[in-house]
Amino acid sequence: MLPDDAPDLPSPIPWLGRTGPVPAIDTLSPAPGTRGGTANHAQGHAGSRSHDARGGPGATASRREPRRLPLLGVHGGPGRVSAAHVPGGAPVAVSGAAVAARGVASKKARPKRKRPGSGIPARKVIRGLVWARRLAQAGFFGLFSFFLFNTAFRGTFSASADSPVRLPWPVEGFLLADPFVAAMTLLSTHAVYRGLAWSLVVLGLTLLFGRVFCGWICPFGTLHHFFAWVFPSRYVRGKARVEANHTQGWQRAKYYLMLAFLASALVGSAIGGLFDPICVAVRAIGLGVLPALQYLGIRGAGVAAETNVRALQTASDGSQDYLARTVWTSSQAYFHQTWLIAFLLIAILFMNRFIPRFWCRALCPLGAFLGVLSRFALFGMEKDHSKCTDCNLCLVHCQGADSPQGGVKHRQDECHMCLNCESACPEDVIKFRFLPNRRGTTSAPDLERRTVLASAAAGAVAIPGLRIAGWPDKGYSEKVIRPPGAVEEREFLERCIRCAECMKVCPNNALHPAFFEAGVEGLWTPILIPRIGYCEYSCVLCGQVCPTGAIQKITEKQKMGIGQKPVAIGTAMYDQGRCLPWAMGTPCIVCEEFCPTSPKAIWAEEVEVPKRDDHYSTQGEQPKMLTVKLKRPHVDPSLCIGCGACEKVCPIVDKPAVYVTSAGETRSKTNVILLENTSYGRT
Amino acid sequence: MTIRCFSRTLRRMREPVSRREALGRIAKASAVLGAAAAISRLRFDPGGLGLSEVGGDRQVRSFAGPPGPASAPVLAIAKSSTEPAVLVRRAIEALGGMKRFVSNGDVVAVKPNIGWDRMPVHAANTNPLVVAEVVRLAFDAGARRVVVTDASCNEPNRCFQRSGIWRTAHDLGATVILPAAHRFREVRMKGDVLDVWPIYTPLVNADKVINVPVAKHHNLSKYTAAMKNWYGLLGGRRNRLHQNIDVSIADLATFMRPTLTVVDATRVLMRNGPQGGNIDDAIDLHQVIASTDQVAADAYGCTLIGQKPENIGYLKLGHERRIGVMHWEELPHVEV
Repeated sequence: MLPDDAPDLPSPIPWLGRTGPVPAIDTLSPAPGTRGGTANHAQGHAGSRSHDARGGPGATASRREPRRLPLLGVHGGPGRVSAAHVPGGAPVAVSGAAVAARGVASKKARPKRKRPGSGIPARKVIRGLVWARRLAQAGFFGLFSFFLFNTAFRGTFSASADSPVRLPWPVEGFLLADPFVAAMTLLSTHAVYRGLAWSLVVLGLTLLFGRVFCGWICPFGTLHHFFAWVFPSRYVRGKARVEANHTQGWQRAKYYLMLAFLASALVGSAIGGLFDPICVAVRAIGLGVLPALQYLGIRGAGVAAETNVRALQTASDGSQDYLARTVWTSSQAYFHQTWLIAFLLIAILFMNRFIPRFWCRALCPLGAFLGVLSRFALFGMEKDHSKCTDCNLCLVHCQGADSPQGGVKHRQDECHMCLNCESACPEDVIKFRFLPNRRGTTSAPDLERRTVLASAAAGAVAIPGLRIAGWPDKGYSEKVIRPPGAVEEREFLERCIRCAECMKVCPNNALHPAFFEAGVEGLWTPILIPRIGYCEYSCVLCGQVCPTGAIQKITEKQKMGIGQKPVAIGTAMYDQGRCLPWAMGTPCIVCEEFCPTSPKAIWAEEVEVPKRDDHYSTQGEQPKMLTVKLKRPHVDPSLCIGCGACEKVCPIVDKPAVYVTSAGETRSKTNVILLENTSYGRT
Repeated sequence: MTIRCFSRTLRRMREPVSRREALGRIAKASAVLGAAAAISRLRFDPGGLGLSEVGGDRQVRSFAGPPGPASAPVLAIAKSSTEPAVLVRRAIEALGGMKRFVSNGDVVAVKPNIGWDRMPVHAANTNPLVVAEVVRLAFDAGARRVVVTDASCNEPNRCFQRSGIWRTAHDLGATVILPAAHRFREVRMKGDVLDVWPIYTPLVNADKVINVPVAKHHNLSKYTAAMKNWYGLLGGRRNRLHQNIDVSIADLATFMRPTLTVVDATRVLMRNGPQGGNIDDAIDLHQVIASTDQVAADAYGCTLIGQKPENIGYLKLGHERRIGVMHWEELPHVEV
């Protein structure tokens, strides 16, 4: 920052020990033939970000007052801002002139925008790369959204009846390419599960170019990039933005988090998925944002239907059909207790108002993981401090808060490789190149050894600490019904990264993020809530999209048990005090109708039971007693697969008379009911 | 800033307003008051629970065509081939051909049973070949648009795809509509148990409706086909209907009178209905029943799985309500 008392002169460059006058930065010299700028001019120019930190404090002052001036009706008046920044009256003239110059420039047929400082243009390749980066960000975000929208089974007219139902796209692709997920599951399971080998691509990219994933690919990073541009537009600008973009000590937090999560993985829990950015994005957008938008859409369609205007109804039906086939599905999705997931997303996006890309800088464990690896990167920044004029333009545009400015060492581990700094630099200071000299760069994260040890220890201790509470070794929860094909609970926790892909893809909206049903450790792991949706008999999509094998890729034959034992996820039980035929002498057995196994696991016993006539007279006589023929349902636990179709369709909606619990799930050796090999109905 | 604004306001407060400004302000205030009054008048809610009396005449949506020639049979049973398409053609031909039912430029809704996530071999849904032939005949008779749809029990995408009906119907140029929330509108049917229910609109927004059910065993009502197929007209929580399944089926068949009923009995689920799931539960019977009388079609159909019409509650109710005739033998019928 320039000292306030010498607005006309660039500051001395202390690390060179050089003082004295340097050629003035040309935009600061008054433009010829203009008078004091007006508020309108300033306003007209307020949106242009690239000029933000141009030169002196006068410019900053005039830029910071824009929209308030007309309200006050006084120009250059008592604005606290300019008073604070411009001591003495003189610089007001400078600022006015600068503003006027800009105003004129923007009014006239846009003469070439002049770069501040020495005005040395950025290399063409860099300007090209910056645009390439923007395109890549938009493209990858689009791809991510496309995958997320298509993490749903929509069926197709082109498939024949007997072709197995699969998704046409590798919708879990971003998770497969996630090296943090691969590292966590490698530590916990000592294996790299199938598609996770794709993470080698991102690993290779990082070793070549540094954290290009963060700056160019990561959809969650792009989201933060966008919101860091939109949210603080009137608040964190200019000087404040420069301040916000300085490297901060708390940026180390992400490394400690990452270490803690890796240590937890080593102890046997992939709990780090709670913070993995791709997991967060899928979970929060897929389970929170999209269903909320769908809710609004359906609400809108309802209003359109009420109008009874045929054209409006047709248009609304058409758009609903289109959205149901492209973005969401034909019925409203609900997800158990997602308010917390949505709230955390909003909170973390809102942080961009104060600190641009707060998530990426402070919390993202994947960013930290790639940051550690980026120390070996072959591509990087080279800085020539001696040419830096401290204009801070690089800092204004910096994404990673990685100290691109002169006088300090560049932090390669924090750099997102967005190339904004070189593109913005009006001097010949910043150069990105292969095999740069490392004189101006630190490539290893600046960590404190004790905190490193402490955080790793915390991660390692947390898991036994949580498990001593009971789950999953001793406490069984009847509500924790895992998806079909899920591996045994301990192994499941080693693998499940809470990415919510399975919940998003479930065609019946049956899978939900657990709240505390599976203990604190099991937060947002998938559980089946049959009351909301049941497990479709021949559907195996949750296993297909699971990136880590927490749900294995089983086939329909394995799941339904054609020629083998079927996969059971629990067992249905009757609450005879609530069941219509059992307790109320009323025929029902919808549960039997919906039971998908063959032979049906629900069978009905025909009984004749007494029932009081409900058409009794009011004459004081006793109502007649009738005999009704009923079918009373029973469950055969050896046939029941726990799909929950019976619970879903039970007409007693608040607390169903038939309900599924996890007992008897195939994956467990202890949570079982029957003695093995007593199965009499199966081949 | 605040103080400055405030002081200006204070200064203004001491100045008298001009007549013009006073009138203007009064006009604005009156306009707001008037608008508020108008809104509350227009959208006045008298309260109450909005419950209306059940009863009155049962509602009917009739898509029945003009009566055919006196010689035309009411019921045609095709059993002379093993080709579903041939059976469908012969049965409809025997009733006077599709031209009797579908006119040029009609929008025809075809309602197969696409209730379950089962493949054709399980015989829980209508055979796609039967549906295909009905669609083809409708187009040949001059239909402008043929809509094939159903409100499924299982997840609709899976049902439509795995029943094979989506693909066959789409290949023939039919419009396949999958159920979605916005396609249901509440309708008062005034039935004995079905009063106000959400109705699946694509089935009623048509000129002609052809019911193409599959004949199968049903655990609760013993045999189901034509009349029970109208369960696919309903949204909402259909599971309550089973407490009085016969009356609810009769209510639906009272409400919905199709142009034509074509029952698929090419392969029939004999037990474990209505879902089946085991190939051994179904046997090939190679029959197709076409009728303008849904009760008669079901009355004949139930004999295929060894039932008697007198034992089936909803058939008796349908007969009593004069939806159709239960004693199919007494009706003009042909076997082809």
